[in-house]
Amino acid sequence: MTAEAKTVRITYREAMRQAIREALNRDPRVFLMGEDVGRYGGCFAVSKGLLEEFGPERIRDTPLSESAFVGAGIGAAMGGMRPIVEIMTVNFSMLALDQIVNNAATILHMSGGQFNIPLVIRMTTGAGRQLAAQHSHSLEGWYAHIPGIKVLAPATLEDARGMLWTALEDPDPVLIFEHGGLYNMEGELAADAGAVDIDKAAVRRSGTDVSLITYGGTLGKAIQAADELTASGINAEVVDLRTLRPLDSGTILDSVIRTHRAVIIDEGWRSGSISAEISARIMEGAFYELDAPVARVCSAEVPIPYAKHLEEAALPQVPTIVDAVRRMVGNRG
Amino acid sequence: MMVSPAESSQLPVERDHALMLLREMVRIRRFEEKCAELYSAAKIRGFLHLYIGEEAVAVGAMQALEADDAIVATYREHGHALVRGVTAASIMAEMYGKQEGCSRGRGGSMHLFDAATRFHGGNAIVGGGLPLAVGLALADKMQGRPRVTACFFGEGAVAEGEFHECMNLAALWKLPVLFCCENNLYAMGTALKRSESEIDLCLKATSYEMPAWPVDGMDVVACEEAMQRAVPAVRSGGGPYFLEFRTYRFRAHSMFDPQLYRDKQEVEEWKKRDPVSTFQARLREQGLLNDEDLKRIEDDVAAEIAKAIEFAEAGTWEPVEDLTRFVYSERKRA
Repeated sequence: MTAEAKTVRITYREAMRQAIREALNRDPRVFLMGEDVGRYGGCFAVSKGLLEEFGPERIRDTPLSESAFVGAGIGAAMGGMRPIVEIMTVNFSMLALDQIVNNAATILHMSGGQFNIPLVIRMTTGAGRQLAAQHSHSLEGWYAHIPGIKVLAPATLEDARGMLWTALEDPDPVLIFEHGGLYNMEGELAADAGAVDIDKAAVRRSGTDVSLITYGGTLGKAIQAADELTASGINAEVVDLRTLRPLDSGTILDSVIRTHRAVIIDEGWRSGSISAEISARIMEGAFYELDAPVARVCSAEVPIPYAKHLEEAALPQVPTIVDAVRRMVGNRG
Repeated sequence: MMVSPAESSQLPVERDHALMLLREMVRIRRFEEKCAELYSAAKIRGFLHLYIGEEAVAVGAMQALEADDAIVATYREHGHALVRGVTAASIMAEMYGKQEGCSRGRGGSMHLFDAATRFHGGNAIVGGGLPLAVGLALADKMQGRPRVTACFFGEGAVAEGEFHECMNLAALWKLPVLFCCENNLYAMGTALKRSESEIDLCLKATSYEMPAWPVDGMDVVACEEAMQRAVPAVRSGGGPYFLEFRTYRFRAHSMFDPQLYRDKQEVEEWKKRDPVSTFQARLREQGLLNDEDLKRIEDDVAAEIAKAIEFAEAGTWEPVEDLTRFVYSERKRA
């Protein structure tokens, strides 16, 4: 790409909407279904305007029946469609857990390879908007526990724009977790941005002293922390996992082997978590490369509270990331 | 809405068709009796749920379905699979855990799958198959295919939230799905009257604006007639229908059930309505069946089952190296 390459100013929300629109235009089998995706325009306005453009058959408002419409997405996928199912938040996806875990993730294997489920489920995850304990959790790590599904966490405009099509092309169920704090993120995106891979982690910032390993809503915080750490003479690398299942161990280990230190930042809780999994993989694959024990910056082990100061205290923040790195590396400033 | 006492049929049946219905019920009965033996002999393991007593429902119901219609069933689905055309050999091999089984030995008794006959599985989560059926029907409707999805489930599923979500969604979107509730009165060991405040199941369906009626599930002809009435309506865009097949399970819930929850007397009473023997008697009365016919049916079925067992015994174990196959697809997008 040349310096003059054309870009457009766009938000994460708009990038996602463009991705859905492109999918609907490219493949007549694609349709969007979920609560308030049509008339209302989407709980987070992602699908705003799509009903008018594509009609109620393809932008399908559902009753508040998560299990039925997620399961219907599985059945429709088996029946030759390419559904995009939207669940308002990851907390609500608990009401569809049976369908996701017992059906979507199992049927291919249980049927001896006869029935694959080409389904995409999108949902919002994460805290930071004072929505309290039933709208703010980060349970994508749970889903990453389940063989048979893929788990994506687009953290950039490119990924918001490009992961959906690749997910729809995948023959198996793919879950896309969109951090609620990212929808208003605005920036420049290549005018011709399109599909991106969904199996590699990405080094978002190169560094030599420590690897900050993160994804989704905390990527921005990790990059900001890395920028602040330069004042202390610490050159941090930032790895964006992008896909939580299958986890790209290679990119993680390569980074740690370069920097010899790792701090994992995850808005999920630390106990029994994806951050624990990453830590274990580093132990298994790069133990002798480490100059310090792996550290983690995760959410406090509490249901996310409503009050702003408490919510902020519960979540990974730039200063807590900076502190964790300084404790590990030492202040070189 | 149609809520009436369970319908029984006294209609005359054409001889060849009648003998076929009887043969299909006998196939299920003898196949499962053999399964029980093989379970005791430790050839079949895991859970084994027998359909014995309920054969008329699957046999009658399947008659009204076309080859490109879809079936969604439960963990008590050997009968449905057999009548649908999944071979006895591949079902038996599946129960043996052999890779020649209809699910390559990965599903077992509770998870028979067969793409060729659009048999979308035994589902072992009560109520868990209903959303799939709704989705299969949605795909047909969106693609303009005049197909029907028949979804079988027990009365226990009625207590699940998924049941109500699916009744509503199917009716709201007028989807071509036929809900076939096999009411055998017990959800494992819990009687319907001990778990539901309203035991009229058709009333629940009609509350979702869905035509529904009870059917004598011990009468294969009544089961077929009900389906012959419902299927064309569903296929032609009439939205979902609900049939409550009133039936009874003669055997235990699974092989680990001492049946403490029901009286032996009750079981004996229901056995007087055995769908196989009553249909036989009826055909004899009408002069449609003689000893020779019956012997031929029994001999044919015995031969089929013997072959199925032979096939399963000769089957092979999938190499352990293949363990992680089919967690994800091996082919790219179709």
